[in-house]
Amino acid sequence: MRHRLRPYRAIISARFRMLLQYRAAAVAGVFTQIFFGFVLIMVYEAFDRSTTAARPLPFAQVASYVWLGQALLATLPWNADSEVRAMVRSGAIAYELCRPIDLYNLWYARAIALRTAPTVLRVVPMTVFAMVVLPLIGLDEWRLAPPTLGAGLAFACALVCAVMLGCAITALINISLLWTLSGEGIVMVTTSAVSLLSGMIVPLPLFPDWAQSVLQWLPFAGLADLPFRVYTGNIPLDALALVLARQLGWTVVLVAAGRWLLARGMRRVVVQGG
Amino acid sequence: MPQIIVEDLVKTFQIAERAAGLWGAVRGLARRRHHTVRALDGVSFEIEAGELVGYIGPNGAGKSTTVKTLAGILVPDSGRCEVRGRVPWQQRIPHVAEIGVVFGQRTQLWWDLPVVESFELLRDIYRVSTAHYAKKRDELIAVLDLAKLLDVPVRQLSLGQRMRCDLAAALLHAPPIVFLDEPTIGLDAVSKLAVRDFVKRLNRDDGVTVILTTHDMDDIETLCTRVLVIGNGKILSDGTLADLRGRVTRERWLTVDLVDDEPIADPDATVISREGKRVCLAFDPQAVPPAEMIRRITSAHAIRDLFVENPPIETIIARLYAAQIAT
Repeated sequence: MRHRLRPYRAIISARFRMLLQYRAAAVAGVFTQIFFGFVLIMVYEAFDRSTTAARPLPFAQVASYVWLGQALLATLPWNADSEVRAMVRSGAIAYELCRPIDLYNLWYARAIALRTAPTVLRVVPMTVFAMVVLPLIGLDEWRLAPPTLGAGLAFACALVCAVMLGCAITALINISLLWTLSGEGIVMVTTSAVSLLSGMIVPLPLFPDWAQSVLQWLPFAGLADLPFRVYTGNIPLDALALVLARQLGWTVVLVAAGRWLLARGMRRVVVQGG
Repeated sequence: MPQIIVEDLVKTFQIAERAAGLWGAVRGLARRRHHTVRALDGVSFEIEAGELVGYIGPNGAGKSTTVKTLAGILVPDSGRCEVRGRVPWQQRIPHVAEIGVVFGQRTQLWWDLPVVESFELLRDIYRVSTAHYAKKRDELIAVLDLAKLLDVPVRQLSLGQRMRCDLAAALLHAPPIVFLDEPTIGLDAVSKLAVRDFVKRLNRDDGVTVILTTHDMDDIETLCTRVLVIGNGKILSDGTLADLRGRVTRERWLTVDLVDDEPIADPDATVISREGKRVCLAFDPQAVPPAEMIRRITSAHAIRDLFVENPPIETIIARLYAAQIAT
């Protein structure tokens, strides 16, 4: 098993080292995410104060939900792998096809690196800021509340599944490059769909009731909404199995779809240029 | 049994056509026209283990398509293709583990990583054992003179340095067959010699089968015992360089430097070029032996210097293509 996984481990670790070089991007990202976190929280606080209706998600949970979203933004499958895009455009993809490993697994491994490496750089400063600094500067209500031990462990499981699901969607975006080459259209559609339908912009419980049943059964809820609500306790621990099942179920479906599309894409691929 | 068997291989591409200009682009939205290009139109050849075969042809003749099919990257429309008993695109993974590929215009090294890290990645991707890797790596570092390049990020290498590293990268897993697609493209004279020397050794000392596509006829003359010429998706010629010459023309060229700027002519020779006092004559050595031709010219004219040569291989190939288009 160790032997079988060796190429994928090597690829992930190389990509990790490469992506970790972009420290300036990480610093900029942290500031941007803190800014957006404040904007979102202020908007929700305004809503919260202006209504007496029952809250589907209490404000304290909304604040935690928002900070988790900002800290884990890079795990969302919102873009194509720029390396794969460059390879498809330049024709260097020919080399990728000369490697004695399964191409889907290779691209999935690339997706894991792409989704986790930038996150690792951002998640620690973001958490320290939202969990420790905010209460110190008197913004206790806006903080990222620490989870209970049980919810924390459950969240860790759900987060792993969310990344696996996100990588399956990333792989699909990359595979679509075989048809579109630039992928800009698909990326735009996916970025909007993912950020809206995962709960990144508006937490899913705040959507109207009629939308709930649809949103909850789409794959995107598993990327952010489900793990975040496990964290805050909005989803009780005894429902964890159902959350994981939904995430893993969609992962299996999307991986199968990706494999099928890749096999078809490879039959028609014309490696660019001489 | 031959190591590589290609029989009646056909590959067509659909090319979308679009009329030029804005109006052409608008019309293209409503109706796409396609035309079909037969990149490979019934290509057949066999290659034995340990051969060093040159594969030449003009741009768009089908060279790269053949190489990509043999590498398992492209699926042909019809025909048979076996490399070491395997159909490349059907048994891609075991197949590619046994071949090495260099596409001269692209690199397989990781742009942002030092060269040695790319090598280590390839070691892991090809699952080469640490001992085998160390041995092969040291060997390649010595032969290709890579010691100083190992810690340099790939993006900082010159083209010649990069090509040497790319050659090493393609051979770390010790493949018995290597496809080199224009490995000398864009290189300076010194780097070209280094690459040629390396390819020659690889074939002679390690018995690696090499299929080399190139536009550089010096590559072919110094390296290849056998030359396949492809044009318009068809094999035009297959044999030694001498065979190829013999098929196209028996002509010899006699170049003379005259003492005086005077006209020169002979009933059995044609003047093919003249620059000042230097004249080049073409003649058929079977009609008039070279010694006789030299005697005739030197007795009729005052000569400062002369030499006899075969027409350059470029000329031979150009005539072969011209004859192909004419028929």
